[in-house]
Amino acid sequence: MLTETGTMTRLSPAGSRPLAIEAQGLVKRFDGILAVDGVDIAVPEGAIYGILGPNGAGKTTTLRMLLGIIDPDEGVRRIFGKDRPHEVAKLIGYLPEERGLYPAMKCDEAIAFMGALRGLSLDEGRARGRELLERHGLGHAIDRQIRQLSKGMAQTVQLLGTLVHRPRLVVFDEPFSGLDAINQGKLEVTIRELARDGVTVIFSTHVIHHAERLCDEVAIIAAGKVPYAGSVDAARDRIPAQVRLETRASEGAWRAALPDDARHDRRGDESHFWYFPVPETGIEAMLKQLIDGRAGILSLSIERAGLHDAFVEIAGEAAARALKLDAAAGESR
Amino acid sequence: MNDTTRLSRFEAARVVARRDFRAILFSRAFLFFLLGPLFPIGIGVLAGGIGGQVQRDANTRLVAVAMAEADAAAMVEARARLAPRVGTALPDLEATTSTAPPSEILREPGKNYSAVVSGTPNAPQITAPPQAIAYWSGPISMIAAQAGARDIPSYPEVTARPVATSTAAVRTDRIRTAQAGQLLLFLLMMLLAGMVLSNLVEEKANKVIEVLAAAIPMDAVFLGKLVAMLGVSFVGIAVWAMFGGAIALLAGEALPRLPEPALGWPLFVTIGIAYFAMGYLLLGSLFLTIGGMAATVREVQTLSMPVTMAQLLVFFLAASSITRPGSPMELFSAVFPLSSPFAMLARAAQSEALWPHALALAWQALCVLLFVRFGALIFRRRVMKSGKGGRAVKGHVGGTTPA
Repeated sequence: MLTETGTMTRLSPAGSRPLAIEAQGLVKRFDGILAVDGVDIAVPEGAIYGILGPNGAGKTTTLRMLLGIIDPDEGVRRIFGKDRPHEVAKLIGYLPEERGLYPAMKCDEAIAFMGALRGLSLDEGRARGRELLERHGLGHAIDRQIRQLSKGMAQTVQLLGTLVHRPRLVVFDEPFSGLDAINQGKLEVTIRELARDGVTVIFSTHVIHHAERLCDEVAIIAAGKVPYAGSVDAARDRIPAQVRLETRASEGAWRAALPDDARHDRRGDESHFWYFPVPETGIEAMLKQLIDGRAGILSLSIERAGLHDAFVEIAGEAAARALKLDAAAGESR
Repeated sequence: MNDTTRLSRFEAARVVARRDFRAILFSRAFLFFLLGPLFPIGIGVLAGGIGGQVQRDANTRLVAVAMAEADAAAMVEARARLAPRVGTALPDLEATTSTAPPSEILREPGKNYSAVVSGTPNAPQITAPPQAIAYWSGPISMIAAQAGARDIPSYPEVTARPVATSTAAVRTDRIRTAQAGQLLLFLLMMLLAGMVLSNLVEEKANKVIEVLAAAIPMDAVFLGKLVAMLGVSFVGIAVWAMFGGAIALLAGEALPRLPEPALGWPLFVTIGIAYFAMGYLLLGSLFLTIGGMAATVREVQTLSMPVTMAQLLVFFLAASSITRPGSPMELFSAVFPLSSPFAMLARAAQSEALWPHALALAWQALCVLLFVRFGALIFRRRVMKSGKGGRAVKGHVGGTTPA
C-alpha cells in the first residue's frame, strides 16, 4: 500500500480496488499539543470505513486533514489521487459533527446551496432537493424554513444536502450522535445504500456496534495514533475464537479434555458453563472425549471475538473504558 | 486540474456571495442598516440646532447705545447708512433709555448686550469685556464718525469685474471637497465593515462554516462574503443617494454646495466609488480576519476595538495631510493600504492627474487579495482546532495511550 514518505501506490492492500483516500504519517499540533500523531489510513473505493475511537482521540482532526479543512503539519494525504482535497471537492460530501444550516433558508434552498458549493447548479440542486425531501418523508417541509424544523428534521435536511450532488466519497463525522434509534437505523440504511451504489463512505464514531455492523474496514484511533487499520474481520481474528460449553456434570474424566485455564461458571444446579480458546487439536477430538467421559453436553458453541474485544486488545482497557463512557454519554444526550 | 471535479475560486466565491447577498438584503437587519445613517444625521441636526442656539445666545451682536436721545438716534441712523457698504462687520445697535451706569446696563436681566456705547459720537466710550472691546472698537468708531460728521460722505461706486475664482480660492474650495469626500468615505466604511464582522460571527454561530471550509477554499469564502457585503453596501448607498437626491431637489439652493473637484464631479464620484470599494474591502478583510480568530461576540468586540481605533488614526493621518500634497506624510498615507483610499480621494479633489489613481487602485486591489489570503490562513490555523468531543475532553479521555 504505502511505499515511502510522499509516494503512494494507488491500490488497496488486496491490490484489487483503487484507493479513495490515502494518508501517511499525518501529524497535527495545536498550540504545541499533539492532536494527531502519525496517522496512516487507506480507504478502498466503495468501502464503508470507520474511524473508531473515544472523544478527543483525533478523529475529527484526522477527517478535517483528509478533507483539506486544515493542513497537516507533517505527512501526506490524497483523495482520489489528488494532494489537495479541494481539487476533487465535487466528488466529496461531508457531514460535520456540529451540524449547521442557515436558519432562514427554506429546506430545498438549503440543500441546493450545499449542492452549489459542490458545483451543482441551483436549479438542479433545488429540483433534486425536493425529490430527496419527498423520498425521505419531508415533502411537507419543502417550503419551511430551517428554523421551523425539529432537530431531527434539520439533521435529515443536512444529510440530504451532503448527498445532493451525488458524491463518490461521503465523509461523516460522528453521524449517529444526536439521532434517536429510528433515525440511526435510517442512517445505517442510507450508508449501506450508498456503498451498494459504489460510493465510498468513511465515518468516525465512538460507538463500536455501528462500526461493527456497517464497516468493511476500520481504523482504531487513540491518543492521536492509529494502532490498527484494516478489515473488521482481521481485527476480530486477532483474538482467538472462544468455545462456550454447557455441561450437566461438573466433574469427571472428561475434564482432562478441557484446558487448565478454562473459565468455569455455574448457573443453577444443573448447568455448568466452560469458556476456553478453541483447542489446537480441534473441536472433534475434544468432543469425543467429552462424550466418552459422559460430560452431559447441553450445548456447545464457538464464539468469535467481537470488535469490542479487538478494541480492548488493540487500544487498551483505558481507551475502551473511555469509548464506553462516550457511548453512554451519547445515549443519555 | 480539470473543472469537473472542483469549482474555481471565483465560482466558489460567487456561490457564497450570492447566498450572503440575498440573505442580508431580505433580512430585517438590512432595514436597520438602511435606517442607520438617519441616527447620526438626526443627532447631528439636533446637536447643530442646539449648538447654534447656544452660539447665538452666547455671541450676541447687540450693542446698547446709552447716549443722549439725539446722539443715540444719530448713531442708529449712521449704522443703517453704513450697513449696505460694510455688511455683517457692524454690530446691531439698540438705543437704551436707561440712566444706569454702562456697566449695570451690560448686566441688565432680560437683555443680552455684548457692549454698551456711551458718551457722544465725537467722544464715544465703550464698556464691555476686553474681547468685545477689541472686537467692536473699530466698527463703533466708524459708526460714531459717520454719526458725528456734519457732511455725510458719499462713497464712490465700485465697478465689479468678477472672475470665476482665484488660485487661492480654488485650492481652499477643493480642500473642502476633499475633506467632505474623506469624511463620507470614512463614515460609510465604518458603518459597513462592522456588518462583515457580525456576518462571520453569525456564520460560526450557525456552524455552517465547516461545511463551507470543507467544500471550497477559505479565501473564496472570505472573498464571497466581502463581495456580498460590498453589493449590499452599494444597494444601501443607492437608496441613500436616492433619498439624498430627492432632498437636494426639494431644498434647491437652500443647501450648501460643495466646490467642484479637480477631476470634475462625474469622474470624482466614479473614483470615489472605486476607493470606497477598495477601502471597504481592505477594512472588511481585516475585520473578517478578526472575526475568524474570535469565537464569541465579546471576543469580536475586544479584538475589533484596536482596529477601529487604528482606522481612526489612519483617517486622521490622511485628513491632516490634505493641505500638504506631495509631502512625505501625504505620500505615506497614499501608499499605506488602509489610508490610501482616503488620501487618494483627497488627491482626486485637488489634482487633475489620473495615473496615480490607476496605480493606487491596483495597489489596493493587490493588498485586498493579500489580506484575504492572510485572513483565510489565520482562520484555518486558529479556528478548526478540534471536534466537539475533543474540545470537551482533550487531554483526558483522548489522551489514553493505545496498547
